Amino acid sequence: MPRNNAALAVTLPPQFVPIDEVGIDERVSRFSKRSIKKSSKVQALKLALSMLDLTTLSAHDTPERVRQLCHKAKNLLETMPELPHVGAVCVYGPLVKVAKEVLKGTKIHIAAVSTAFPSGMAPLKTKLIETRQFVADGADEIDMVISRGKFFEGDYDYVADEIAAVKEACGKAHLKVILETGELNTLDNVRRASDIAMHAGADFIKTSTGKVQPAATPQVTLVMLEAIRDFYYATGKKIGMKPAGGIATAKQALHYLVMLRETLGEAWLTPDLFRFGASKLANDILMQLVKEQTGAYQSIDYFSME
Amino acid sequence: MSKAERKAEVVDLKDRAAARQERLPVLKTYKLFIDGKFPRSESERYYALTSANGESIANVQLGSRKDFRNAVVAARKAFPGWAGRTAYNRGQILYRMAEMLEGRRAQFIEELETLGASRSEAETETAMAVDRLIYYAGWADKFQQVFSSVNPVASSHFNFSMLEPTGVAALLAPEDSGLLGLISVVAPAVAGGNSVVVLASHSKPLAAITFSEVLHTSDLPAGVINILTGTRKELLKHFASHMDVNALVYCGSDAEEIRTVQLEAAENLKRVVIEENSDWQSEERQSPYTILATQEVKTTWHPIGL
Repeated sequence: MPRNNAALAVTLPPQFVPIDEVGIDERVSRFSKRSIKKSSKVQALKLALSMLDLTTLSAHDTPERVRQLCHKAKNLLETMPELPHVGAVCVYGPLVKVAKEVLKGTKIHIAAVSTAFPSGMAPLKTKLIETRQFVADGADEIDMVISRGKFFEGDYDYVADEIAAVKEACGKAHLKVILETGELNTLDNVRRASDIAMHAGADFIKTSTGKVQPAATPQVTLVMLEAIRDFYYATGKKIGMKPAGGIATAKQALHYLVMLRETLGEAWLTPDLFRFGASKLANDILMQLVKEQTGAYQSIDYFSME
Repeated sequence: MSKAERKAEVVDLKDRAAARQERLPVLKTYKLFIDGKFPRSESERYYALTSANGESIANVQLGSRKDFRNAVVAARKAFPGWAGRTAYNRGQILYRMAEMLEGRRAQFIEELETLGASRSEAETETAMAVDRLIYYAGWADKFQQVFSSVNPVASSHFNFSMLEPTGVAALLAPEDSGLLGLISVVAPAVAGGNSVVVLASHSKPLAAITFSEVLHTSDLPAGVINILTGTRKELLKHFASHMDVNALVYCGSDAEEIRTVQLEAAENLKRVVIEENSDWQSEERQSPYTILATQEVKTTWHPIGL
């Protein structure tokens, strides 16, 4: 069905790429078997910290809570001032201004979830209004959700055009497109949605909102990374990746970094092209870093909550 | 088939039946007990246990610091649920442990004998172990009344002190008493609402591991009691330095070890209990004051007459 808005015309991938689920499982199981110890572990953990989108996305978030989160983003650990700062803080749109105030003068980005997050059930018009508003308020990154209903209806054009329209509304802000893989049921769908999002203009593709189980899994992440690789070969454009939700331990984070390194190579080992969406991960990484420094296993009791 | 042939076949069958009588021995693999499961040591190490006359008895897991770390994670996870149960229910579960132990007395007596106890010593130790569990089952919902108090104060406050479990307790069980000693340190800590990680006797580990099978069938929630085997020398420092451990009970009288325990435990101000008396059959080993050793006193000042 042709769309009337010519400016939003996008090129859909020529064909659908089927995914071998058994092969993906097999490949994924290998990533957790790499031995990363001592100084290489510390280096990887610091990299993971710099890739972190410190997140609070509760319906009951208050400005004070966001201020506290931003403070944590700026001062991860008083005893280790040499640590890198996190990639971004990720908040609901109405709280962008609060975050902006606290993070002024730092290089920490502000990411806002948009487009009727987490359901995406709203008219395109209101989605564009809120996106423009959040960018005007100071968001550096916009995390949008795709219309899963339209996707399952088979109306891929709608999904693609919507992403393109939101991308346009973002202006200079980076656009992350959340596929909500926990609702897409099959890896084939994950691959298809990834291709649609990238061709429609996404700067990043992101697994989940964190509101649906399962959230990020190594399997869907690998499928998305492979989609990014194929897109890079086809167009020369580097698209970023953000697994979000369900990554709570430093060990898991290391497994993801191994997967990233072995699928996309070193060029992607930067916060510009890879992010973790997580709230508990930061403290677990900090606990591991302190453990490496002191030799004693750590307790969450001695780390600030946010 | 001729008559002679048939006869030969019958003889053959008899031979085979006789051979079946001399079965190959089926030996138990003595494994660790962590989070309600029986894993092998992550280090894949074990040590050989031999009887007095040099016969090989069993290969026992040589637990590593990472096994200890995993056990502390399990104990921490189990702690709020266990501490939150009614004291009465904790008593019921301790009593259930005694019942299960009673039903397997023969097995425990045999294992104690295998490791050098005489028949009557083994019988006495097993019977006392059952009785000791029942003793602490009884105290589980009574020690609070005995040790809590309403305090006279000069201001207009209602002032009262009550007991709370310390948290995750790491126990170094006595070396010389494989079953009774173990139960004498585990039961009071658990009756008081703590979750525990215990290192069993290195030279007498069989009864400790078989005791974990008793725990497994006693309605005890996973992770409340975790049992490790291994060497004290290797694990002592980690038991004492782990920041997520709140209390440490040390049984023994090695001055150097006690010094290490006290130094390392100071880092997070662990409650340290040193048990130097090694007569586990003595009267004083069975006392509500042993429960008190892993309790914290909380005092509340409640304003009155306002």
